[in-house]
Amino acid sequence: MAYQPPKQGLAGQVFDVITLLVLTVGALYLPLYLGFAGAAKTPNPIANPTWEALGQNATEAKQWAAIGIADPAAANDIITARFDYSFSWAPLIVMAVLVIGYFVLVVRLSDKEYREVIEERFDPKRR
Amino acid sequence: MANVTMTAPATERLQLLRVLGPAHIWALGVGIVLVGEYMGWNFSVGKGGMIAGLAACWVAGLLYTCVAMIDSEVTSTIAAAGGQYAQAKHIVGPLMAFNVGLFLVMAYTMLEAANAITVGYLLDTVAGMMGHTGLNQKPFIILSIMFLAWLNFRGVLATLTFNLVITAIAFLAIIALFVSVQLGVSAVPMDFSAITTSPLPYGWIGIVAALHFGLWYYLGIEGTCQAAEEVRSPARSLPYGTMAGIMTLLIAATMTWYVCSGLLPWEYLGQAGTPLFDAARVTGNTGLMVLLFVGTMFSTLASANGCINDASRAWFSMGRDRYLPSWFGAVHPVYRTPYRSIVFLVPIALIFALGAPLDQVVTFSILSGLLGYTFMTFNMVMFRRKWPLDTIKRGYVHPLHPLPVIVLLTLCAAAYFAVFLGYGTQLSAMMCFYIVASLWFHFRRYQFVRRGDQFTMPWPKPAGY
Repeated sequence: MAYQPPKQGLAGQVFDVITLLVLTVGALYLPLYLGFAGAAKTPNPIANPTWEALGQNATEAKQWAAIGIADPAAANDIITARFDYSFSWAPLIVMAVLVIGYFVLVVRLSDKEYREVIEERFDPKRR
Repeated sequence: MANVTMTAPATERLQLLRVLGPAHIWALGVGIVLVGEYMGWNFSVGKGGMIAGLAACWVAGLLYTCVAMIDSEVTSTIAAAGGQYAQAKHIVGPLMAFNVGLFLVMAYTMLEAANAITVGYLLDTVAGMMGHTGLNQKPFIILSIMFLAWLNFRGVLATLTFNLVITAIAFLAIIALFVSVQLGVSAVPMDFSAITTSPLPYGWIGIVAALHFGLWYYLGIEGTCQAAEEVRSPARSLPYGTMAGIMTLLIAATMTWYVCSGLLPWEYLGQAGTPLFDAARVTGNTGLMVLLFVGTMFSTLASANGCINDASRAWFSMGRDRYLPSWFGAVHPVYRTPYRSIVFLVPIALIFALGAPLDQVVTFSILSGLLGYTFMTFNMVMFRRKWPLDTIKRGYVHPLHPLPVIVLLTLCAAAYFAVFLGYGTQLSAMMCFYIVASLWFHFRRYQFVRRGDQFTMPWPKPAGY
């Protein structure tokens, strides 16, 4: 006998949609909104900046002027900002475990569900 | 070849219209992705410098060539709305399909949000150039998303024909800028001295880090197979349109890097909102500025348009299979579009477009895409194992298997590390989201799913089951 899913009422459907919305906004948007996530790029401005001191040649200075930044002081933060790529192994290992663990979890649980699908689809007694 | 399956359930229901040809598939793929040349890719230069940006462009091109090869084989065999979602359902299982559906929806909805942000930013920049500083970008962001959602609501043929035209114009704009600069039109000469004076500002690790945004050059090309149920000849049109699309993008990406790196200081380029338009500004040529303004607008609109199309198809497919409330599985009685899914995803795009920075939104889109590419590797291996080449008819068989799978998996691992360098928090947040969503599906939602209906292809029983 094929599996007969329960009929889901309107309230249940709305509840499921709200759950997914809360998950999406909560997990992805809230960390951004609260400032917990962000690129680790910080400016290191120099004192009394000139194009030469900022490592820009004459052509590059013209290019800056052409995009509306004629004053080296205005470009100081942009030119001196750098990412910090120093990292410790622990967070990297945690990330690797999260990614690999996630795929292992999904594939294993999927396989359990897939066997039910195949059994019902190909077994004449179950249809 | 025992146990060849039966036909699909006989229930009468409205079907999507089969009206698209190879050119529409090319337009859908390139239309979504070409915006990657107009914005976002340049953050790779910011993460690693000019040389790292070029290396990322080519390495990401190799990654997407593997994606296109693998995807073409599976898609030409499983031609169903939802693309990779339908593949996962038939090859790996329902929970994987649910996750792939979410990858697609998140990747495309975030890309749509990024496009809308760019439209607002570009209009603000142009208003500033004309002496009207401080333009409120939000009305333009909202208007862009609402207009394109309406266009998608009204019908797929008009939507993708619109995409075909504006994508072609945006592509020609890049070529025009490249040729014009070669002919000496620019008032300011090109300058590549940073390649020698500051070749790798972050060292070799910068090349790996740059791969993160290098994916943006091509992200979404796999979206060609989302329209599989609306293509007249899927086995021919999908591989042809996808491979033509990746070739187009490789050419456009290299030209874009060359022009922008020559006309813009790398430090500016690495954080610019609209790099190709900025490159046109540096030339001082009004005609080029107007052309690249139009190109940027068209590419962002074409991309957002394709994203709404693809995300809504994935959401629709999940609703139709009851992975989500079945209310989303409805087709409009007149326009024959998944109109409820189209409307539902609008506020999600707006939340991120109005409240999150561009690089963060781009990162979320890239991460969802990356998870999808990782899935493609073991999906391909399982596909060949469960149904060897002589058991079912394939529209296209990709060569050199399993080499593309191995290359793709290696590059995906490098890309995860690249995202970790600078955006590790976002990566962790996204993994937590998918893990919790998976547990929710398996332990709650799956009870509403009809088991046997998940397998609709007329194939024999998979080997090993």
